[in-house]
Amino acid sequence: MAEHGARLLVADDNKVNRLLLARNLQLQGHVVASAENGRIALEMLRGERFDLLLLDMEMPELSGFEVLAQLAADPELRDLPVIVTSSLEGVAHVVRCIELGADDYLPKPVNPVLLKARIDSSLEKKRLRDQQKELIKRFATSEVAQDLQDSGFSLGGRHVQATVMFADIRGFTALVEQQSPEETIELLNTYYTLMFDAISGHGGVVNQMIGDGLMAVFGAPLALDDHAVASARAALDMIEMIDLLNVERVAVGKSAIRIGIGIASGEVIAGYTGTQQRATYTCVGDTVNRAARLEALTKEANRAILVDAALREQLGERLAVESLGPVRLKGLTTPVEVYAITVARPAV
Amino acid sequence: MTTPIDTAIYADLQDSAGAEFVTELVQTFLEEAPVTLAELEAALMDAAPDRFRRAAHSLKTNALTFGATQLAAQARELELGGLPANTSALSAVYASYAAAAAALQELSRG
Repeated sequence: MAEHGARLLVADDNKVNRLLLARNLQLQGHVVASAENGRIALEMLRGERFDLLLLDMEMPELSGFEVLAQLAADPELRDLPVIVTSSLEGVAHVVRCIELGADDYLPKPVNPVLLKARIDSSLEKKRLRDQQKELIKRFATSEVAQDLQDSGFSLGGRHVQATVMFADIRGFTALVEQQSPEETIELLNTYYTLMFDAISGHGGVVNQMIGDGLMAVFGAPLALDDHAVASARAALDMIEMIDLLNVERVAVGKSAIRIGIGIASGEVIAGYTGTQQRATYTCVGDTVNRAARLEALTKEANRAILVDAALREQLGERLAVESLGPVRLKGLTTPVEVYAITVARPAV
Repeated sequence: MTTPIDTAIYADLQDSAGAEFVTELVQTFLEEAPVTLAELEAALMDAAPDRFRRAAHSLKTNALTFGATQLAAQARELELGGLPANTSALSAVYASYAAAAAALQELSRG
């Protein structure tokens, strides 16, 4: 797919080359700026956003080789696609450029048709990379996103020790019927903003949202010390935030909302699922099922936060916990010990 | 006698970049090239091989762009050959440039 209207920077000390390259690129629908040496090019790249750099090698002040080296060392700029345009002779030069991170090498004088093909291809690759980054950012904290970017997408399909949380709004369907669609969406946006804050504030990652329900993972994809405790503290923050939201809601004559949270700790299978075009980080396995069942049980048990035995054990004495005894969870054959985390809540 | 400009290359340039733009580009070249030639000579006087090579390289690239094939070939020899013994090596380049410049001016007037 051709991408038009990209912002390109042409770095070349030769004025004729610079003008001609810029002209060809403008004719292809791009917005073009130019720099007459490597130092100016780097300054411009650090000052504003560009989608691609066309780089000459032979330049005074800072050569193309030095520019490539500096770009590679800059986390903000290392993903910028660079196409080298040069008439330096010898394969060794081409090899050196590619080794230094250039995407492509075009000999001068640059053939306009070849130029278009290379630019479109580089921009398309960049677009896909940006899309992937954006996708991860939506589901992860910037720390996690950076980690994934550094380690690539190699985390797929492995066993990890993690804590899984499910949460949803009680009686949401009835609530939806009472209010306008605009109010529902506004409520969901507020709800998700608060929940994301509480969860990411304790190192968790929200990886799924369906209607009023969400799934979060603690301890994957990034390792997290004490992920069980972190998840429990996040759950308490979530309840507290909902209580604060309710004060506002009640003040304007709206009904208070309540949420249920189920948490389980143990081994999960974590990885990316989806297709080449769209993938999401997720976890599956018994621990995940248990967390989902515990969340479903919160209504019946009339408790806000239910956790499994593994999580309870890791909590130790750090949080007040009440035992509900063995419960047969839906879909599981043997009863499991269920615990409720005590919530100190104001009367609403 | 070889013609100073390969008209097929020049016509291709006009096709892809637009005749009017190429006329302006020729003017830029005619302004820049004497500076490059002067740098070539100065680099030779100063015995500065890197500057010499760079100036020759610049001239070669521009000559190729406009189809000034003979000028390009001579500039390439200078680029790859290192510092020549004396300025007489430059006189052929000056002559080729003068011929190419005249032909380009003629062509760009249409």
